[in-house]
Amino acid sequence: MTAHGSPYAPHTDAEREAMLSAVGADSEEALFDIPDGVRFDGEFGIDAHSERAVRTLVDRTLSANRDLAEFLGRGHYDHYVPSMVDHLADRSEFLTSYTQYQPEVAQGFLQALFEYQSMLVELTGLGVANCSMYDAASALGEAATLAARVRETSGSRVLVPERLQSGRRRTLENYVAGHDLAVESYPMDDGNVDLDALASAVDDETLVVYAENPTVRGTVEENAGAVGDLADAHDALFVLGSDPVALAVLEEPASVGADVVVGDAASLGVPAAYGTGIGLFACRDEFLRQVPGRLVGTGEDATGRRAYTLTLQTREQHIRRERATSNICTNQAWVALRVAMHAAWLGPDGLVDLANDCVTRARDLAARVDEIAGVRAPVHDRHHFREFVARTDQPAAAVADDLRGDGYAVHVVGEHEIQVCVTETNDADIDDFVAALREAAR
Amino acid sequence: MSDEPLGYDQARWTDDERTYEPLLSEKSTESVDVDSPLPDDLTRDSLELPALSEPELARHYTRLSEMNYGVESGPFPLGSCTMKYNPKFTEDVAVHPKGLVHPDRPAESVQGTLKLQYELQDYLGRIGGMDAVTLQPPAGAAGEFAGILVARAYHRANDDERSEVIVPDSAHGTNFASAAMAGYDVVTLPSGEDGRVDLEALEAALSEETAALMLTNPNTLGLFERQIREIADMVHDVGGLLYYDGANLNALLGRARPGDMGFDVMHYNVHKTFATPHGGGGPGAGPVGVTEELAEFLPDPHVRKSDGRYERYAPENSIGKVHGYAGNWLVLVKAYAYIARLGDEGLADASAKAVLNANYLAEQVEYEVPFGPFHHEFVASAGEQDAADAAKRMLDYGVHPPTTKWPEIVDEALMTEPTEVESKRTLDQLAAAFNAARADEEATLEAAPERTAAGRIDQVAAARNPRLSWQALDEE
Repeated sequence: MTAHGSPYAPHTDAEREAMLSAVGADSEEALFDIPDGVRFDGEFGIDAHSERAVRTLVDRTLSANRDLAEFLGRGHYDHYVPSMVDHLADRSEFLTSYTQYQPEVAQGFLQALFEYQSMLVELTGLGVANCSMYDAASALGEAATLAARVRETSGSRVLVPERLQSGRRRTLENYVAGHDLAVESYPMDDGNVDLDALASAVDDETLVVYAENPTVRGTVEENAGAVGDLADAHDALFVLGSDPVALAVLEEPASVGADVVVGDAASLGVPAAYGTGIGLFACRDEFLRQVPGRLVGTGEDATGRRAYTLTLQTREQHIRRERATSNICTNQAWVALRVAMHAAWLGPDGLVDLANDCVTRARDLAARVDEIAGVRAPVHDRHHFREFVARTDQPAAAVADDLRGDGYAVHVVGEHEIQVCVTETNDADIDDFVAALREAAR
Repeated sequence: MSDEPLGYDQARWTDDERTYEPLLSEKSTESVDVDSPLPDDLTRDSLELPALSEPELARHYTRLSEMNYGVESGPFPLGSCTMKYNPKFTEDVAVHPKGLVHPDRPAESVQGTLKLQYELQDYLGRIGGMDAVTLQPPAGAAGEFAGILVARAYHRANDDERSEVIVPDSAHGTNFASAAMAGYDVVTLPSGEDGRVDLEALEAALSEETAALMLTNPNTLGLFERQIREIADMVHDVGGLLYYDGANLNALLGRARPGDMGFDVMHYNVHKTFATPHGGGGPGAGPVGVTEELAEFLPDPHVRKSDGRYERYAPENSIGKVHGYAGNWLVLVKAYAYIARLGDEGLADASAKAVLNANYLAEQVEYEVPFGPFHHEFVASAGEQDAADAAKRMLDYGVHPPTTKWPEIVDEALMTEPTEVESKRTLDQLAAAFNAARADEEATLEAAPERTAAGRIDQVAAARNPRLSWQALDEE
C-alpha cells in the first residue's frame, strides 16, 4: 500500500537520513523554499490505492461503456494491429526513452524514425516527411501556417471542403487565427470536389487549397489532379489529406501536384483509441527549412560510419523560440514507431492487399445495404474507400438509435444520412449489422 | 573511475559486416505492381517498401531497442524533462479493451470513458488549485497554445484586445513559440541576478498591452519564485493574466498550487509529473486548468456530470478545438491510474523525494552550482569545459547526461533533474560519473563517447547536407 508515500521512490529511512544530513536539512520540508503565504497545507482529497485496486477501479469504471460493434470512421479507423507491434514497441528502451537529444545513445529510435520518414516519402512521393505531429487536425493547421511562410504573395485564404471532420476544421481555425488567415469552405459535388465551384472560389488571395482523398464521406476523390492544377495556377499550396493505408493504392500525391500531405497515420499501428492519433506530414523538398516538427537525418560519426541524428533543429522552438516553425516539442514518436512496425510487418503486398480490402468491403457492404427497403447506398455515385454514406427514408437519428439498441454504432451525418465504415475488425459483424439495419430502417 | 575497466561488451548477432543495424530497405525491399478494384487512373502504379518476415522484423526492432537508452536502462537526469520510472501496471490499464473505442461514440454508450475523464479533470483541478480542467491538448506545448488561446478569448470577451505576452529568458522555448502561434508579440524578460524574476524588469515590461506573463515555478534553474504573489499582483494590476507552465510541477505536489499562487491558467505535463512513458518523444498530454472566470472559454468538448450521467458539452464561449478529437486518451488513462495509485500522501512524497534527490545530487557534484536553494532540479556549470563535451563523456560512464547549454543564463549549463525514483546509491554513482567527466582531460572529452552504438556525430555536417530518407541516401 501507499499510505506512507510514493511506491516508486526507493529510499530507505537510513538513506533518507544520510541524504538529509549531507545537505544539512532536518527534513525534506526544510528544503522547500516556499513562502508561507503561498504554501499549500491542505490535502487534495485523493485516496491512494494498491496497484490491484487501481486496476479494479479502472476496470469497473470502463465497464460502464457499452459493447457496441462500431461501424465508425470519419478519420479515426480501427485496423487490426499485429501482436508484434505491441510486444516490440513496448520494449522499455523504446517506451521509456526521451526525445533523442543525445543521438549516440538513441540510434535505435532515430533509425526507426528515419525508416518511418522513408516509408512516408515512398507513400506520398514527396521528398520530405517529418517524424510525426499530434494528429491530422493539427498537421493540417501546421500545413496552413507553413504555406504562410513559404508563399511569397500576401494571400490569406485557406480553402477547405464544406464537408470536413469538424475537429479538423475547428483545430485548423485555431492554428491560423494567430496568422490572420481565414478558413473558407468550397462546395462539394456528389462527395467529391466541385471543380467549377472551386475554380470560381480560388483566386490570387488563396494561400491553401485543401482536399482529401479519400474524403470524409468515404469517396475516392476523382479530381485530385485538377485541384492541384487549380491551386498551382493561383500559386496556392495544394494540401492533400489522406492516410497511409489509402496511400498504398490511391494516386501518388506528388503525381497529382500535392505540395503537402497531411493526415492521420494511425490507420496503422494503433487500434481505435478514443481519438489518439499521429499527424502525418510530408512536403516538397523546397520547403525543407520551413517544415514544422522533428526531422531525423543521417550523418557520420567520428569513425566515419553512418549514424542518425535529429537535424535542422534551428527550425525548432528550443533554439529559435518565437521564430520557430512550430511550438512542437513532445510529438508522437512512439506512435510513429508503431506505424513503421505495422507497415513493415505488412510489407508492400500486405499493405496493398489491406487497402484493396478496404475498397471491396465498403463496396460490398454498400451493395447489401442498398438492397434494404428504405435505404439507398452509397449516396454518392463514386468509388469508396472503407466507408460510405447511406440515405435512409426514416430519420437517420432514429435509425442510429435503433441500431445502437441492437449493439451497432454508425455516424449520423444528415437528417436522412448515416455513414458506415467497415474494416477487417468489424467484418465478422456484417451479417448481423445488415439484419439490424433492415429492422431499423423499416 | 575512468581508469577502471568499463565492463563487458557481449558478443551480439549481426547479419551485416558493419556493426550497425542495416536499414529495413537495405535488408529487403520489394516493388510491387498495384492492382486494385479501383480504376487505373485513380490508383498508383507501384509501391516499393521493405518486405521482411516477422522473425526478421522482430530481430531488427530488438536490435534497435538495444541501441537505445531509456529510463529503465539507467539514470536519465535530463533537466526539465522529468524522466522518471513509469509504473508497469499503467500500461495494462491504458489498453483496457473497454476503453479502446471510437471517439465519435454517443455519450450514452461511453459513460465509463466520460467518467474517467471527469474524474481526471477533478484530480488535476485539485492538484493545481484550478476550477476547471480540459484534457484535450495532446502535449505540453499544445496545452500552452490552448491556454494562451483561452487567455486571448477572455480578453476579447472583455473587449480588451492585447498584443503582448511576456516570457522570461530562462523559459522553455515552447512558451515563446506558443505565444507567437497565438498571434502575440513576445516580450522577453531578463532574469535577475539571483536567477529569478527581477521585479523592476517586470515592471518595465508590463503594460496595457500585456495579455499574459508565462512563468514556471520553480523556474528552469530549480528556483522558487518567492515573490510570486507580488508578480501576480503586478500582472493583474495591468489587466494581464498569469500563465503557469506545468513542466516543473513535480517539485510542488502537496506543497503549493498554482491556483493559490495567483495563476489564472496552467498546463499539466501529465507525462512528466504523473509518470507516463515519454515514448522517445511522445505521446504526451497537456491538460489545461483555469480559474472559474476562464472556464467558459475551454475547448469543446468538456465533460460534466448531470443527474448522475456524464456528458460532453461545449463551454459557452469555447475557443473550439486544438485536437481533432479529445486528446491522447491512452496517456490520460495512465496519468489517472498513477494519481489513483499514489493519492495525497504518495504525490506529496514524490515531490519530497524529488527535491531531496536534487539537493543531494547538487551537493555531491563537484561542478560549480550557482544560485540556490533548489527544488527538483539544479543547473551546474561546466565552467572551463564545454558542457556538450562533458555530456558526451558521461555517456561513456553509462548514464544519460543532463540537459546541456540551457538555460543560457548559466555558463556551460548542465541542467540536472534526478527525480524521486533514484536511490542514494544511484545518485552516488551518477555523481561519480559527473565528477569523473569533470576530471577528464579536454582531449578525452572531445573524443567521447567511445562506448556507444555510434561515436560522436557531426550534427553540423548532418544539417548542412540533410538526408532524411533512405531514398535520399540512394540518390547519392
